[in-house]
Formats: sequence, structure tokens, C-alpha cells
Amino acid sequence: MMRSRLALVILLAACSGRQNALDPASAQNRSITALFWAMFVVAAFIWFVVTVAFLVPAVRQRRTTREDAEPALELPAETSRRQTRLVSGATAVTVLILLVFLIYDFGVGRALATHPARALTIELVGHQWWWEVHYADPDPSKIVIDADELHVPVGQSVQIKLVSRDVIHSFWVPNLIGKRDLIPGYTSSIFFTADRPGVYRAQCAEFCGHQHAKMALDVVAHPAPEFSAWLERQRAPAADPSDSLAANGKRVFLSAACSKCHAITGVEAYGTVGPNLTHLATRRTLAAGTLPNTRGNLGGWIVDPQSIKPGARMPSNQLESRDLVALLAYLETLK
Amino acid sequence: MNDGVRAGRARSSVDQEDAVLPPPQLIDRERLEADARQLDVTWRDPGGLWGWLTTVDHKSIAKRYIITAFLMFIAGGIQAAMIRMQLALPENNLLGPDRYNQIFTTHGTTMMFLFAVPIMNAMGLYFVPLMVGARTIAFPRLNAFGYYAYLVGVVFLYVSLFLNTGPDAGWTAYVPLAGPQFSPGHRVDVWAQVVTFTEIAALAAAVNIIVTALKMRAPGMSLNRIPLFVWAQLVVSFMIVFAMPAVATASTLMLAADRAVSTHWFNPAEGGDSLLWQHVFWFFGHPEVYIIFLPGLGMVTPIVETFCRRRVFGYDALVLANITTGFFSFGLWVHHMFATPIPELGQSLFTAASMLIAIPTGIQIFCWIATMWSGRPRLTTPMLFVLGFLFTFVIGGLTGVMLASVTFDKQAHDTFFVVSHLHYVLLGGAVMPLFGAFYFWFPKVTGRLLSETLGKWNVWLFVIGVNVAFFPMHILGLNGMPRRIYTYLAETGWGPLNLLATAGAVVIVVSVVIFIVNVAVSWRGGALAGPNPWASSGLEWATTSPAPSYNFVHTPVVLGRHPLWDSVGPFPVITGLRTDRREVLVTTVFDARPDHRHKEPDASIWPFVLSLAMGVTWIGSIFTPWAVPTGFAMTLLVMLGWGWQSSRVTDVERVETEDRLVEAE
Repeated sequence: MMRSRLALVILLAACSGRQNALDPASAQNRSITALFWAMFVVAAFIWFVVTVAFLVPAVRQRRTTREDAEPALELPAETSRRQTRLVSGATAVTVLILLVFLIYDFGVGRALATHPARALTIELVGHQWWWEVHYADPDPSKIVIDADELHVPVGQSVQIKLVSRDVIHSFWVPNLIGKRDLIPGYTSSIFFTADRPGVYRAQCAEFCGHQHAKMALDVVAHPAPEFSAWLERQRAPAADPSDSLAANGKRVFLSAACSKCHAITGVEAYGTVGPNLTHLATRRTLAAGTLPNTRGNLGGWIVDPQSIKPGARMPSNQLESRDLVALLAYLETLK
Repeated sequence: MNDGVRAGRARSSVDQEDAVLPPPQLIDRERLEADARQLDVTWRDPGGLWGWLTTVDHKSIAKRYIITAFLMFIAGGIQAAMIRMQLALPENNLLGPDRYNQIFTTHGTTMMFLFAVPIMNAMGLYFVPLMVGARTIAFPRLNAFGYYAYLVGVVFLYVSLFLNTGPDAGWTAYVPLAGPQFSPGHRVDVWAQVVTFTEIAALAAAVNIIVTALKMRAPGMSLNRIPLFVWAQLVVSFMIVFAMPAVATASTLMLAADRAVSTHWFNPAEGGDSLLWQHVFWFFGHPEVYIIFLPGLGMVTPIVETFCRRRVFGYDALVLANITTGFFSFGLWVHHMFATPIPELGQSLFTAASMLIAIPTGIQIFCWIATMWSGRPRLTTPMLFVLGFLFTFVIGGLTGVMLASVTFDKQAHDTFFVVSHLHYVLLGGAVMPLFGAFYFWFPKVTGRLLSETLGKWNVWLFVIGVNVAFFPMHILGLNGMPRRIYTYLAETGWGPLNLLATAGAVVIVVSVVIFIVNVAVSWRGGALAGPNPWASSGLEWATTSPAPSYNFVHTPVVLGRHPLWDSVGPFPVITGLRTDRREVLVTTVFDARPDHRHKEPDASIWPFVLSLAMGVTWIGSIFTPWAVPTGFAMTLLVMLGWGWQSSRVTDVERVETEDRLVEAE
């Protein structure tokens, strides 16, 4: 009883979570998961039958064999005919199962390849080791550039255009869809339709160097109206700080190394090496899904990023503690 | 039934020989001993360090090959243990990303290029000549050269690793990450050149095995009587000949040139293509998997036959399965690239091919199970390893079929699910049969049996350890854990299963330590084996254990697929090869009828010198492109020296009528 309950708990843990291929949150992944379970059940059955088939003769002999029971080398013709029939039969069943899998897989592949002509297009650029997200709009002033967080509406087909300008990365949100590589020199796309709101975790799936392990991305699926509101808020430039501490922090930001690499819309900071910080304070995580976005973590990350993500492009910043406090106060206003 | 007809025809061909030749006669003991003494003088290599460096005895070379490759298994295993220690806990600090990337890349490179392929080749280089009844291998000097080339690669990789220059872009070295822009320094150069050395070694071994298996078989061993281990080695050797040039082109010509002389094969900014690497690499890389496990399957057959005391069921089916697997394996490479922008129709083709290849593998498994049902399996250590192989490998094969599905593969690709799959296939399909083969053929190499008691501990712990270490990784992969990450956050929930996997790795380590102890104790102190301790059927058991430098006093004559089970009474042999020089019998490809006598070369230092010259060339090319022309000139000089010497001694004689078929005691 105890043990079976434990097994159930482990099984549930294995099949749920916000970074789990077996806990689908999109129509596409529901069909992939169904295919997986069908293949899994058949495979487990085949494995069981094969294991029994070779264990029976092995165990049987242990009980019965004596020294004198050395079998004759030659087989009776009847036995070898029966063997031929059995082996041929097993082969035929193998072929049949493979054929069924093949057709099933083609069916799922076709379903995944069909998508509505009009989809919301989001461009994702992979960098060593963070994600840049562009929400396209015909009106250039409405383009939103964000980082390390992907927001999508529920119930609407989304096209993610995948681009990389350094090495190969791979975009993979297990709950939503299988992976697709971001390959320099190629632009490719992946389509999915989230059917359940939630925050799903994606992580780079193609080895891309030192910090491949810490290159994650939160994918937030909102109900459609909530998504529109979120996008509208992102279009606003950074507000000017109202209190003097934050205003001081803004000066620190512009005079220290920060603006060489980071951009903030509405401020004289245009760097494109690192993530755009216009709405930094609204993000859930820092350093590409590595740390929760808290004031302490942000401070630690600014001062000593190399101990958190060794090899990352962000240098250490030796700031006076007064300046750091001001800078943090400013960054917290970037909502 | 067919079999009987074919055997009859073969026998009649021997009869025809008899018509021209004097009638068979028994060889008396005195003649036998005199011949053996003379052969020993002719074939024994000089002693001392000089003798050690100049020997061309295929058994000495292959033994070194096997030992070196096994040391690489231990080295790769230590790296695996370090990886498992690092991943046992979330956000562990044992290895930083820089060290971890070198360790996992060296683990993959070592296991694929310096352990798996070489040890399978080496098993072939040791046993193929013995199994086909030949005095030696076809090209003994090329064989020695191949081993030294491999050894240079081994030493180079490990010296580099200890100098903190170990490769760190993964054993697949995907560009642009492995290109000059994103991997400055020499780490990836080391990888590219280590691969070069193993390619050359593998090609040398492949050519040797092909010619030995096709042209040096004992009279009567027609194609339909070749032992299945030799068939597997033959198929794999042809695969090496077609697959290795692809990776040679990719790593040595393209990647190394991009890095050393700024060509732009893979640089999209200059009109190159970053996806091209993956095509060329996997065109080699997928057959590579079969190059590793087909010999493993070839080891299973003689073990099953011997311990079930049954001729294997479906010899023809097994041979055809080997050949079709070899063919199909070249049509699967794109299933490593399903996540890249490849047209969907193309992907479907590769899905179908990847599922298709399960059929020949399935047939082989069914044939072994049928053989086991008709016999009475004796559960010795080699047989237990075969059972462990079936238990484990079938899981890896089935997950392989699942991964053939494009839609599911995109979820599992590059995750721990794939890590688990490939370790199930390679540890289950290649390493378990290999351990079985070690127990099975150890007496032939050393003259002594390995301990069965330690063997049982070895096999049980190994099978349990592999399954405990790798099964949880399926779940980890589906739970989102990508491969090649040096750490993970606690909130991912991957901690407990990773800890379990590490516990399994500890069990594997204990098992391998037991094996090493077993070898160390049994090498000198094991029970004496005699020529044929398992009452097995292959020709390798027809000579003493260990086999003498000339393998067989007189070349055996084969009357069926199981020479030692087929002949009742005196064992037929052929005489007429000269004993005062290194002469071998060359036979025809299909029927193995005696064709001519060939003089094999004596011991020589040139293979060693040539491998050194080549080593200097390739290693030097990392630092300056001028090393290539200089090295070419140097290599050419050495090759002149090599050719100069052997041109004096090679000659060929047709088989003359005075050669007589005689029966020995």
C-alpha cells in the first residue's frame, strides 16, 4: 500500500511540472504525448515478452539439467521447422508494429505542420547565454524588445522565428512543443498554440559553450486580453525616476559601464550586447532564468556575475556601495 | 536442408583435389614436432625492447591494442564518474563549467574514438586470423603501424588534457562553436587531430580484416561457412572504409583548415554553411554506432552456441541481418538533425529508415532466443553477460525506435533521454557482449581461465549498475533536463533521480574494479585452460592456448560451419607451406580453394617510425600549417625506407601439386 502510493507519487512527479514534456499545455504537445504513451506501452510490452522469452530457457535448465543431460548437437527436423515458424512470426509482428508506428508518427507530424495562415509572430534571438525577444509590429514605434522571458496568448497560434548570430542554440519548451535549433545563417520557425495559462520553463537544448546550463527562458502563457495589456505596457518607454535616490542611480547607470552593453528605451543607453533593460523590474528572473529577480540577487549579479555564471559576457562591476544602492533603486523603477 | 547440399558440394571440391593429389595420410608426431620447432624459429619475433618495437605478430599487436583500449575505457570511466559526481546534486561545485566541458568532451571522444572502435577492431585483429585458420594477418606491418598511430592519438589527447588543453566543444564538435571564432586556442585542434589518428588506425585495421577474411581463410571455409564473428568484423570493416573518410574530410580537411588557415567552410558570414558539418559528421557518426555494436553482436553468437551447445539458429538470416544493418546504417544520419531546418519530406524518409533498421536487429535477437530454447543454456559468466545484453540492449533498441519518430524525437533530442538511449545501446549492445567475450576468449589469449566467482559478481553488478545509472535518465530527459549541462537549479526537481543515477555509476565502478582484479589474479594464477576449455566449435580453439606465433602448425581444412564439432576423428589439415620462411596460404574469395603461397614480412621498425613521423606532422599542423608540407616530405622519406626493405623479400608462389592434403593426429 505504502509502496504503491510512493510509486504513484513518483509517477505523478515524473509526469507533471512546468518543464515537463509529459505535462502538455498545447494542442500540439497533447498529440505528441499521446504518441509517446502509445509507443511506451507497446515498447514496454515487447521488452517484457522478450525478457520472458530468454529467461525461461535459462531458468528452466537450472532446475532440470544434470551432467548426463547434455543435449545432442543435431536438432530434430520438427523442432527446427517450429523455430522457423516462430522466428518468422515474430519478425512479421515486428514489421507490423513498426508500420503502425510509422503511420501514426506521419499523422502526428502532419497535424503539427498545419497551422493557421495568421499567427502572432515573435522573433527569438539566441545569444551566448541569454535570449532576446522581439514582438514585431508594422508600426516601428510599437516594436517591443524584451529578454529572457517569452509572453504568449492562450488559444492563439504563435509563430516563433528563431535566429542566432553566434553559435547554435535550441529552443525547447517541453510543455508546449518539441525543440527547434537556432542556427547561424538559417532562419527557422516553430508554431504552437498554448491551451492553458501558466509559466513554463524553457532551457537551451543545444550545447553552446560555458553557460549552456544557465540559459533558460520563462514562457508565460496569458489569457488573450491579459497578453494584450502586457504588450501595451511593454511599449511604454522607461519613466523618469521620481525620487532622488533613483535619479542618482540613473546617473550611475549612464556613467558606469552599464550602458555600453545595455539599452533602456527613453534613456541615452543603446547597447545591444546584453539584454534590453527597459522593463527589467517586471521580469521574473535574472541572468536567463538563473536567479529570482530580487534586489539582493540583482546586486550580487551586478557586482560579481562571474561567480554566478562563470564565463558569462557580463564583467564584474566594482561600484561604491552608495552607487550600487542608488543603481538598484533605479533599476527597480524599470517596470 | 540447403545447408546439406552446400556442404556436399564443398566436400566434392575437396575430393577433386584428392584426385590429383596423393591420398591423405596421418602426420606422425615426430614430423609435427619438427615442423613446430622450425616454425617457431621462423615466426618468433626478436626479444628485448627492439623486439617489442619491431614485432609484427598480430596477436602481440592486438593484445597491446586491447589493453590500451581498455585503459581508455577506464580513463573514460573516470571522467564519467566525475560527471556523475558533479551532477549528483543541484548546483554542485565540484567542477566548474570550463573543467566540466573538457571532461564531458574527453569522455565522449575517449569512449567513441579511443575505446569502442579500437577495441572492437583489436578483437578482430586478434581473432579473425585465428578463426579463419591463418598463420597471421594479411598486412602485419600495416597492422603495427595502425596501432602506433592510435597510440600517438591516445598520448596526445591525454597530455593535452593534463595541460588544460582538453577539447571542450563536445565529441560532436558542432560548428560554429568549435570554429575559430568561438573556440580560440588549441583545445578543438586537439580534438580534430585525435580523430585523425583514430581514423587512420581504424582504416588500417579495416583493410587488414577485409583481406584476411576474404583471402586467407582455411581451405574449405567457403563464404557460407565463415563464423558469424568474422562476418560481423567483415561488414564493419567495409563500413569503416566508407564512413571514416567522411569524418576525416570534416575534421582534418574542413574544420582544421577553418581553424588553421582561415578557410570558411562553416562560416555563414563568408558563404560557408554551419549545417554542413552536421551532415558530414553524422554521415560518419551514425554508422559509427553500428561499427561499435555489430562486432558486439558477432561476439554473442559463438557464446550462445557454445553454452547452449547448439548450432545457432538461422545462420543465413544472421549474416543477411549483419549486411543489411551495415547498408541501412548509412541512411539514418539525419535522425540526429530532426531539430534543424530540414524539409519535412526528407525527415519522413529518415524516420522510415530509422525504424527499418530495427528489423534486422530484431531478427538477430529472435534467432538467439530460438537457439537458447532448443538447447540447455549453461549460465557461465559469458552467457550471463549475453543475458544482460538482451535485457539491457532491447530497452535501448526500443527507445531507438521511439526516437525515430520525428515528433517525439524533437521532445527527446539533446536531452538525458538520448543520453540514456545511447548508453543503453552502447553499454548494453557493445560493452556487455565485450565483457562476455573477455571471459570467453581470455583463456585463448593467456592460457588461463578467469575466475567464475568474481565473474558472477562482475556481471550482476554491471547489469544492475547500468540499469540503475541510466534508466532514471529517460525520466530526467522527459522532465526537461538537456544534455551537456554542468549543473542545474534545485527548483527543476532533477536532484533525486540524478542522485540515483550516480549511485548506479558507483555500482558500475565496483563491477569494473572486480573485473580488473579478476584479470590481475587470473593472468598468472588462473586455472589452466588447455586448447578448448568450453568445448567450443571455432578454429581458434584448434590450436594451443595461447596460440603460438605461427598460430597453427598445419593449416586446418574446414568441412562445415563448426569445424571442431563437424569433424569426428583426426582433424584434417593441409601441408606444403614452407616452414623456413613466413609463408601463408592465400585462398579464393568464394570457395576458399588454395590459390597461392605468399611470403609475409618479417619484424620491422618502420611502422613505428612512420607513425612517429605522422604524429609529428599532424600535431605540428596545430601550431603552423607549414608542418604539413614538411611532414609530408618526412613521411615520404620514411615510406621510402619501408618500401625499400620489403621489396627485397616479398614474393608469391602458386600452389604446386606437391602440396598434399593430409590428416594429422
